[in-house]
Amino acid sequence: MSAALSITSLSKAFAGVRAIDDLSFEVPEGKAVALIGPNGAGKTTVFNLVSGVYPVDQGVILVKGVDVTNMPSRKRISTGVARSFQNIRLMAHLSVLENLLVGQHVRNASLWSLLTPYRLAPNHRWKREALKALAESGLDGYAYDTVGALPYGVRKRIDLVRATLAGASVLMLDEPAAGLNPTETNALREDLRALKSRGLTLLVVEHDMQFVESVCENVVVLNFGQKIAEGPLSVVRQDRLVREAYLGAEEET
Amino acid sequence: MSGYLTGVLVTLSFNVIAAYAVYLPMAAGQLNLGIAGFMAIGAYLGAFLTNELSWPIWAAVPVSAGLAGTVGLLIGLPVLRTHGIYLAMATFALGQVISATFLNLEVVGGAAGYPVAAYAPPAVVFAAAAGVFLFMVLLSTTRFALYLTAVKSDATVADLLGISVRGIQVAAFTLGAVVAGFGGALYGHHYSFIEAQHFNVMLSVFPVLYVLFGGTQTVLGPLVGALFFTLAPEWLRASAEWRYALFAMFIILFMAARPQGLVTTSMFRLLGRRKAQAPA
Repeated sequence: MSAALSITSLSKAFAGVRAIDDLSFEVPEGKAVALIGPNGAGKTTVFNLVSGVYPVDQGVILVKGVDVTNMPSRKRISTGVARSFQNIRLMAHLSVLENLLVGQHVRNASLWSLLTPYRLAPNHRWKREALKALAESGLDGYAYDTVGALPYGVRKRIDLVRATLAGASVLMLDEPAAGLNPTETNALREDLRALKSRGLTLLVVEHDMQFVESVCENVVVLNFGQKIAEGPLSVVRQDRLVREAYLGAEEET
Repeated sequence: MSGYLTGVLVTLSFNVIAAYAVYLPMAAGQLNLGIAGFMAIGAYLGAFLTNELSWPIWAAVPVSAGLAGTVGLLIGLPVLRTHGIYLAMATFALGQVISATFLNLEVVGGAAGYPVAAYAPPAVVFAAAAGVFLFMVLLSTTRFALYLTAVKSDATVADLLGISVRGIQVAAFTLGAVVAGFGGALYGHHYSFIEAQHFNVMLSVFPVLYVLFGGTQTVLGPLVGALFFTLAPEWLRASAEWRYALFAMFIILFMAARPQGLVTTSMFRLLGRRKAQAPA
């Protein structure tokens, strides 16, 4: 089985503190892996290193076999890797549809298409594609709404649609279920399962273990920037180190 | 048309052009406080081309606008590495430097000013302002305009989606300089005289006010802002010397109550929805 995302001996320090320490793991193609661990373990830092928001100190990051370690952050989307942020980062003043049109950029990047007055063509193919993607998630009613005015759960799912329209094949989601009510969590779970069935690879940071169990095949447990366990959640749960560092408190309640 | 009305409309036309010169970079989140410098480049080069080289106005004005844009591009590349207040300071200083350069440039009259022989009548000025406005409306229907807002809204995410944030910012800054140079070149040919002192700080700051007042979210904002700032002092003329004080007080109150400006996108969406809900 080939790895869609492969991280080898990754290290990153901030002012002498090792946020990520010699971390290696792989996410197999078409699978979902959860990155779990206590707050400050370095989960979001991994996302920032893979997406290029931070430069890497040491190690190698491969996306579908392509070395992105020193690739400018802007170019990485073309390898298929995309991410979401913990606090959803949609463009608040733009409509849902406009956010999706921005998301399509990497597949529609020529100067010509940049300067084409697309709004004068009311039914152009990019708009049709975006509306279709919205309809598939049952979100088509929101197409012309300003993003800033929409409920949190809806915005999270639109963020997901934007990432898929960017042509993402490896999707990193930072706490996708946080702050969602049970109905919204179920809708998100269905969205993620649909993405997996289309062959997308997922790397998920999530604290909701039920959610992790229902979506992800494997988990990687981080503590102080190091990997302390890896495997199916049911197995990792029994691990003494993991219980002490993270899951223990949860098991007792 | 009375001379007074023509005069007001000509002022309005130049203000509209200046507002759009500031609007382009501002839509991408950059405050250009040196727009007068680019107007000066356009004005002086345009006047030089028609005066000394006997170029026709229709050729001199676009070429001057192009040179102002080239200077904008060359300066924008390093200057746009700065952000926020530093960018404002850098562009502010730039405007001063350009204006001071012309003040000392004897070949275009230096401190004595520079008379311009070729004349652009009011109709040409009106047409030019209308042309700039239509160009902006057309530009607002492209993905380029969408990316300006995207870059302003969240540069990190725009970058991760593959958009060249710097490319968009430099393009907006350069295009703004082109529009400023265009307005400047036309200004010289309409008023038949230019002097470096005209291209001062106030000339840079007022268009920023127009845009902030009208709002940066839609392409109509700068037009509305320029209209208001040009016409309101005329209407308040009855109150004589107090009109500027009244006007300033109104601006302060308005900006406190509506910092996003007068015209916003949600306003249009609201109108659109009403239309959609109306029975067919």
